[in-house]
Parts: sequence; structure tokens; C-alpha cells
Amino acid sequence: MDKTASKAINVRSFRQKWKDYRRHPGSLILFLLVCLAALITLAVLFFLVVYILVMGIPNLKPSLFAWEYNSTNVSMTPAIINTVIMMVITLLIAVPLGICSSVYMVEYAKRGSKLVRVVRVTTETLQGIPSIVFGLFGFLVFVLLFKWDYSLIAGALTLAIMVLPVIMRTTEEALLAVPDSYREGSFGLGAGRLRTVFKVVLPSAVPGILAGIILSIGRIVGETAALIFTAGTVAELPTSLTSSTRTLAVHMYALLNEGLYVEEAYATAVVLLVVVLIINLISSALGRKIARN
Amino acid sequence: MRKYKESLMRIVFMLCACFSIFAVAMICIFLFANGVPAIAEIGAGKFLGGTVWRPLQDLFGILPMIVGSIYVTAGAIIVGVPIGIFCAVFMARFCPKRLHRFLKPAIELLAGIPSIVYGFFGLVVIVPVMQKIFGGSGKSILTASILLGIMILPTIIGVAESALRAVPDSYYEGALALGATHERSVFKAVLPAAKSGIMAGVVLGIGRAIGETMAVVMVAGNMAVMPDSILDGVRTLTANVVLEMGYATGLHRDALIATAVVLFVFILIINLSFSLLKGKGRANNG
Repeated sequence: MDKTASKAINVRSFRQKWKDYRRHPGSLILFLLVCLAALITLAVLFFLVVYILVMGIPNLKPSLFAWEYNSTNVSMTPAIINTVIMMVITLLIAVPLGICSSVYMVEYAKRGSKLVRVVRVTTETLQGIPSIVFGLFGFLVFVLLFKWDYSLIAGALTLAIMVLPVIMRTTEEALLAVPDSYREGSFGLGAGRLRTVFKVVLPSAVPGILAGIILSIGRIVGETAALIFTAGTVAELPTSLTSSTRTLAVHMYALLNEGLYVEEAYATAVVLLVVVLIINLISSALGRKIARN
Repeated sequence: MRKYKESLMRIVFMLCACFSIFAVAMICIFLFANGVPAIAEIGAGKFLGGTVWRPLQDLFGILPMIVGSIYVTAGAIIVGVPIGIFCAVFMARFCPKRLHRFLKPAIELLAGIPSIVYGFFGLVVIVPVMQKIFGGSGKSILTASILLGIMILPTIIGVAESALRAVPDSYYEGALALGATHERSVFKAVLPAAKSGIMAGVVLGIGRAIGETMAVVMVAGNMAVMPDSILDGVRTLTANVVLEMGYATGLHRDALIATAVVLFVFILIINLSFSLLKGKGRANNG
């Protein structure tokens, strides 16, 4: 009852609004521009997704998912498996590193200490570096200096450095959101700092950390420029950590580069887009869960 | 024993935290150590100011690429910034809550789409349209600007929206109480207060645009010559690296790394101004 009353005071009828706009045409123009901008943004997204799906889905032939790649079937199965392997290795490196460093930043370091400030600046710098620069760095260090050649491990290490700031930032936010009373309770029961971190703080920060990991998966799946000169473009399943592999995004680049496989590129784009859609759905569901807590 | 474990883990955590410092230092060292000698060998003036890029004849002038990157980025700003800021205003102050719940994930999806998919979209949709309207190959500064303008939208919208939301409600209410319309209050009171935050978003967008590789390679035409008009094709710094790194050797390879060094210096300047602006925004809003 109360709610509807206050609404009636604040909300003006359409006619009143129109009268206002007649008196202030500038406001009307601004209002229309603002709506137009939002509309354009949505329309572009909608058009892109629908266009790729409509043009690509008819091209999803079973031969594209054959187990072995060759130049007649242009199968993307090896690329899909490679993407999963690349993702797992990258996360195995980046997640522990990211979580540990966030734990230090939030739980151990003194607030505003010099080290914390420097780490903040460097993670922000890392986040702004374009992926091609990461790719070149990986090429110089892992491929040339360590002599690993184009390899799975060189690609994974490059990607791990790339997604580290994403994991650090989200984990830090998740740790900061854990109420201090949890820590005090744990200390009060006689637990040490280490036990408190692992048994109390980290478990309650899991949804936030997961959100960071999912965000990183999105980056890994979509990455091309950092991988071309580190993991290479061989379209076969890897036999070891040092064999060259192409992920799905690199596969798509290779198809477009050869210029003969536009239909197959459409199909690959569909698969990439669907993966990204799923990742985004999971991440917004997680986000809602965090917000509820 | 416990104490020993505690302090050991403390050191482990600290080392992990230092890793990002280590990574940035390594990236700087390796890029500069490989790129700067090449610049010295070619000659800084010839490298940065030379307009001819012919690796086979040992001519390494990257001015066309620097100009190309700047043109394309500027174009992306012209396309993306007005739409981005207006859209952020819509999301922060105009849109009903129910629509926002749908719009926010949509913008996040726009940010999550891989750049290679954007590039492909540009190649099969924007390029043919440009061909029809202006003739020629359709791959040009204009095409790349439009595509990049779309790609930087989510970055600008995200940062600008949170800057607009951080402005205290009293600003808006004060303007309303003085008789201003909703639009006037938002644009004359709230928007100026969020100025540095919005600028930070724009700067971040500039960083994205200048560093973008795969999408630009697909639609910019990639000719390493000085462009005469916005309908000419260009090659950006990023495209130069990605196109030729695969087969380059010797001085050619070092020149490409030096190209990345130039790009890296641009990025560092952009990053620095981003953090300065962000710090200023935080100081303004208490």
C-alpha cells in the first residue's frame, strides 16, 4: 500500500512527461539519443550472434567433427580437444599462483604496504598489455630461449601470465568480501593464520574465485594472437607437452588465412560463440549467487 | 613445527604475489633487450620516421604502421565513445531495473566474444557493405574503425557506468529540486561529476583498440604504406608483427620485435594515464 502511494507521487503520467518535453526540447533529444545508443549496442550484439548462428549452423557437418584432421574434412575435433588441454594446463599454473598471491595481498600484507602497491600497479599493467605482446614475449622466452619450439607448454605458460591478473583481481574481491567476524571466530577458537585461510576464508570465497576462473576460461578459449607464435598451428592431437597444437580460435584463424574454408570458418565461429554464450551464462548465474550472499 | 609451517607458507604466498612484478619486469627486459638494439642498428630516425617498409631490401620504416595504428584507434574512439557513454548513461540512470538485468549480461557477452569472431564478422558483413558503398576492396581505416568501435563498447560502458553510479544521489536530487528535467540533471550534474571515471574508461578503450590484433588484420587491408584517405587500407603495429613474425629471420625479426616495443611504449603511456585518471576519480568521490 505504502509502496504504491510513493510510486504515484514519483511517477508522472505520459501526458505530463510529454508536456515537459514540449517545454524542453533539448531534454527530449538527449533522451532519444540515450535510448538510441542503448538500442544500437543491443542491435549490434543481436545481429552478430544471430548472423553467425544462422549462417553457421547449416555448415555444421558431421565430417567437421571427425576424429582425425586432414585437408579434405578440415575436422575441428583435434582443435577442440587441444583447447581443453590448453585450458587445463593454463589453469593448473595460473589458479594456484593467483589464489596464493591474492591470499598474501588480502590476508598477510599490511594494508597500504609498499609491496602491495607495487603488485597492484604491475597487475594492472599486465591487464593492459595486448595479447600480441604476450605472444611475442612467449616466443622470445619459451620458444627461442628455452628451446621448447612451438609447443603446448609454451602456449600454456604464456596464457597463464595473461590470465593471472584476472584471477588475482576476482579472488581478491572475493576474499575482501568475507566478513572479518569469520576470521575472528576462527582465531578465537585457537586456529592459526594458515588454518584460518584454508579452512574458513577460502571456502567461503569459492563462488567469487570460480567466477574469476570462468572469466579466464573465456579468455583462453578466445585467444589467438598470443598462441600463434607460442603453441603454433599444428592441427593434430598433442603427444607430449612439447608438441605444437592449435586451439579452436587459432584453427579458425588458420582456416581464414588459407582462404578456402569460409564455410568451415562459419561452423567454427558457431562453436566458439556457443562456448562463449555458455561461459557467460554460468558467470552471470554465479554473479547473481554472489550478490545474493 | 606449526610456527615453522606458518612462516614458510607466508614466504610462499609472498613469492606468489611477487610473481606479477617478476612477469612485468621480464616482459620489459626481453622486449627491450631484443628490440632496442635493432632500433639502434637501423637508426632511430630511419626506423620511427621512415615511410618505406621493405624487409627484403633492409628498409625498415614503421611510420606507416604508427600512423595506421593512430588513425584506426582514433576512428574507433569517434565511433565507440559517444555510443558507449550514452549507453552507460542509459544503463545507470534511465533503464528500468528489469531491463538492466537483461542488458548487463548482454554487454558482458559483447566483451566475451573472441576477437577472431569479431574479425570474421567484420570480414563477412562490414567489408562487403563498404565495398558496395565506396567501391574498392572494402578493407580500410573506416572498416577497421567501425569494427574496433564496436569492440571497445563494453569496456567503455562498463567503466563509465560504474563511474556514473559512484556519483552521490544528492547531486542528481539537487539538480531536480532546482527544476531541471531528468535529462538535464543527469547530463549537467551527474555526468560532469563522473568525468574522470568516464575518461578512464575511454583511455582503457584506447588501449584495447591500439592493442587489438586479430580483428584488425582481417579488415584493415594490411598495406604497409602511408594512407591518403580513410578509405585506404592500412597496416597497424600489431598487424605488422602478426603478419610477418612467422617467417622473419635476422634483422627482420628484430625489427618486428622493435615494432612491438613501440606498441608496448604506447600501451605503458596509456596504462599510466588510466591509473592516474582512476586515482583522480576516486579522490573526487571521497
